[in-house]
Amino acid sequence: MMEPGLYHILFISAALFFIGVYGFLTRRNLITMLMSIELILNSVNLNFIAFNKYCWPGKLDGLFFTVFIIAIAAAEAAVAIAIIINLYRSHQSIDVENAEDLKY
Amino acid sequence: MPNATTIALIPLLPLAGFILLGLFGRKYFKASSGIIGTALLLISTILALYTAYDYFFVYGNVNGVYQKFVPLQLTWLEFSEGVSIDMGLLIDPISVMMLVVVTFVSLMVHIYSLGYLKGEERFPTYYAFLGLFTFSMLGLVVASNIFQIYIFWELVGVSSFLLIGYYYDRPSAVAACKKAFIVTRFADLGFLIGILILAFCSGTLDFATLIERLTSPESNEVKTSVTYSFLGVSALSWGAMLVFIGGAGKSAMFPLHIWLPDAMEGPTPVSALIHAATMVVAGVYLVARLFPIFSITTPAVLELVGWVGAVSAIIAAIIACTQTDIKRVLAYSTMSQIGYMMFSLGVSGYGGEAALGYTASMFHLFTHAMFKALLFLGAGAVIHYVHSNDMKDMGGLRKYLPITHITFLIACLAIAGVPPFAGFFSKEEILLAAYQNNRTIYWIALITSGLTAFYMFRLYFNIFWNKPHHAHGENPATAGRHGEGGFVMMMPLVLLAVGAAAAGFIPFGEFVSADGKPLVSHFHLNFSIAPVAIGLAGILIALWFYKKQNDRPAKLAASLGGLYKAAYHKFYIDEVYLFITKKILFNLVGRPAAWFDRNVVDGMVNLTGKATQEVSEGIKKMQSGKVQQYAIYFLAGVIVLAALFIYVWR
Repeated sequence: MMEPGLYHILFISAALFFIGVYGFLTRRNLITMLMSIELILNSVNLNFIAFNKYCWPGKLDGLFFTVFIIAIAAAEAAVAIAIIINLYRSHQSIDVENAEDLKY
Repeated sequence: MPNATTIALIPLLPLAGFILLGLFGRKYFKASSGIIGTALLLISTILALYTAYDYFFVYGNVNGVYQKFVPLQLTWLEFSEGVSIDMGLLIDPISVMMLVVVTFVSLMVHIYSLGYLKGEERFPTYYAFLGLFTFSMLGLVVASNIFQIYIFWELVGVSSFLLIGYYYDRPSAVAACKKAFIVTRFADLGFLIGILILAFCSGTLDFATLIERLTSPESNEVKTSVTYSFLGVSALSWGAMLVFIGGAGKSAMFPLHIWLPDAMEGPTPVSALIHAATMVVAGVYLVARLFPIFSITTPAVLELVGWVGAVSAIIAAIIACTQTDIKRVLAYSTMSQIGYMMFSLGVSGYGGEAALGYTASMFHLFTHAMFKALLFLGAGAVIHYVHSNDMKDMGGLRKYLPITHITFLIACLAIAGVPPFAGFFSKEEILLAAYQNNRTIYWIALITSGLTAFYMFRLYFNIFWNKPHHAHGENPATAGRHGEGGFVMMMPLVLLAVGAAAAGFIPFGEFVSADGKPLVSHFHLNFSIAPVAIGLAGILIALWFYKKQNDRPAKLAASLGGLYKAAYHKFYIDEVYLFITKKILFNLVGRPAAWFDRNVVDGMVNLTGKATQEVSEGIKKMQSGKVQQYAIYFLAGVIVLAALFIYVWR
């Protein structure tokens, strides 16, 4: 069994990032879009961990960043869900196509 | 030594009145504004009289020469070493004399207006404006710096504008105030350029230093400035001439006089104050202030001053003979008398016996202020009574307006030069000065003097004698509706009449002369025969024509034909101005400029607006409200930037 190297992890991370972007751009459901954002954040986490492990093994900076990002992602999810609930109350829908009142 | 506080208070008290009445008058001092303004000015007048007494009899005369004092000098703006705009007080014989004249006439007008403008809606505003005018005029008089005089000069112009346009609901008054402002402003442009030239030549704006540097032929300033010239005339002469143009505009000298007759649209007391006694003599005062420069450095310009004065004097006198609006007659008379003052300066030399013209000019300024203010206030009483400016509506008023009649007669005798009234003495001196220096001007002045007597008594007889008065068809016995306007209107008339009758006995040469040394004016009995005779002849001719209603004036007018018509139309000078401005300036400058403004300047502004609108119209669709579209723009931006960073800007 081959030990996975930096490039493998970066490949997975990039794949995860673009899956997230694809999901964010194509899904109409706000909850799904929120989940896509979580994927993007996690791809970043993966990058941090990988670079920390392979480039500066003795340091902990990347790990700390990851911990912070997880915490912030949790807070962001809470705020986003609150927004989505309010949107549902006013529009009876959480479809992003219906929430386009703010325009020219 | 002069007391700076006392002297500074003289102009500052009317300013305080202006601020108080201007800001709060309409709300809090509706009824008492006139009293407040008058009381403040009364204090000013007392201080001015005290200053005059103090200067002329206590400290002013040192070793037989009246000194110049600068008790206060504050630097306001400093341009460079030596060139600064100061606010100061200059005390010398002419400024002290002007302080007395301005405060006294202004006080008379303040008191008179209490009656004349009683019940007027904008009464506080009127007194505020009067305060502003008095402040500016006093500031002009005591100015120690040529730029300070310019600042107050413009302030005087503004207050004159405000007061002429006091009845702003009359289109003619609005037109007149604009005309007065524009014409004098146009002349002031010359004044400003003149100041700049003089300041450039001398390197200072301060009067004392300016005169000192520009009058001694050995000084560096004169030596360097004679090397500059334009059109064959030296820079200094240009400077003096341009300054004189400013003075000519303010003093209504030909051909810049066209605003003065129209300025009679203002309330009559205002005409008495501004357009007879004080502001219009500012030009004379300015020339007198810079007299050493005119006289010593640029005698050619001084000669020009003399000719302009003489021409104005006779033209105005001829026009005055034909006008029927009594205030216009007085306006042309003012212009003619100021012409006298101007040419008197023009024929004067500097120092000694030759400087008689200077003293005479200032003397005439002093006496003229008395009798011309009196004439205007008397005319005001007449207008107040008959509610008309036109001679045709008057006649036979001597029974109804006895005090006005007597005081008006005194003023007429004074201006006609009948001894022993004030005008006789000052006019004698002027004529003598002209006789000694320039015979042509002397003859012009002599003829003008006869014309003056004629038109003044034409005015007098037409108002007070001629046809019997029919007070708007009422019974003459009950026609004295409001009489002569009561004590407040009669008191100034009587006081001024005393001045007009007695001011001539002041030994003026003792106090005011070009170089400060007392000038003993010799009284030549033989010399005064001609002017008095011609004056009396003028009066008798007027008597023959106008004492009783008859057809002689009409016949004379018919026989003079074209000349009468030309004089009646003021020699078509207004029409010439209108032709130059409307036909030539408007078509050659105004219209192209308007076209340029409308099409090029406005076009550029409109283009900016239109371009912005078009572009925003095109790109506003980008803000669609679709979150995912924004995300695509964002992503595209990131990708482009990333690509640039990786492949281009590495």
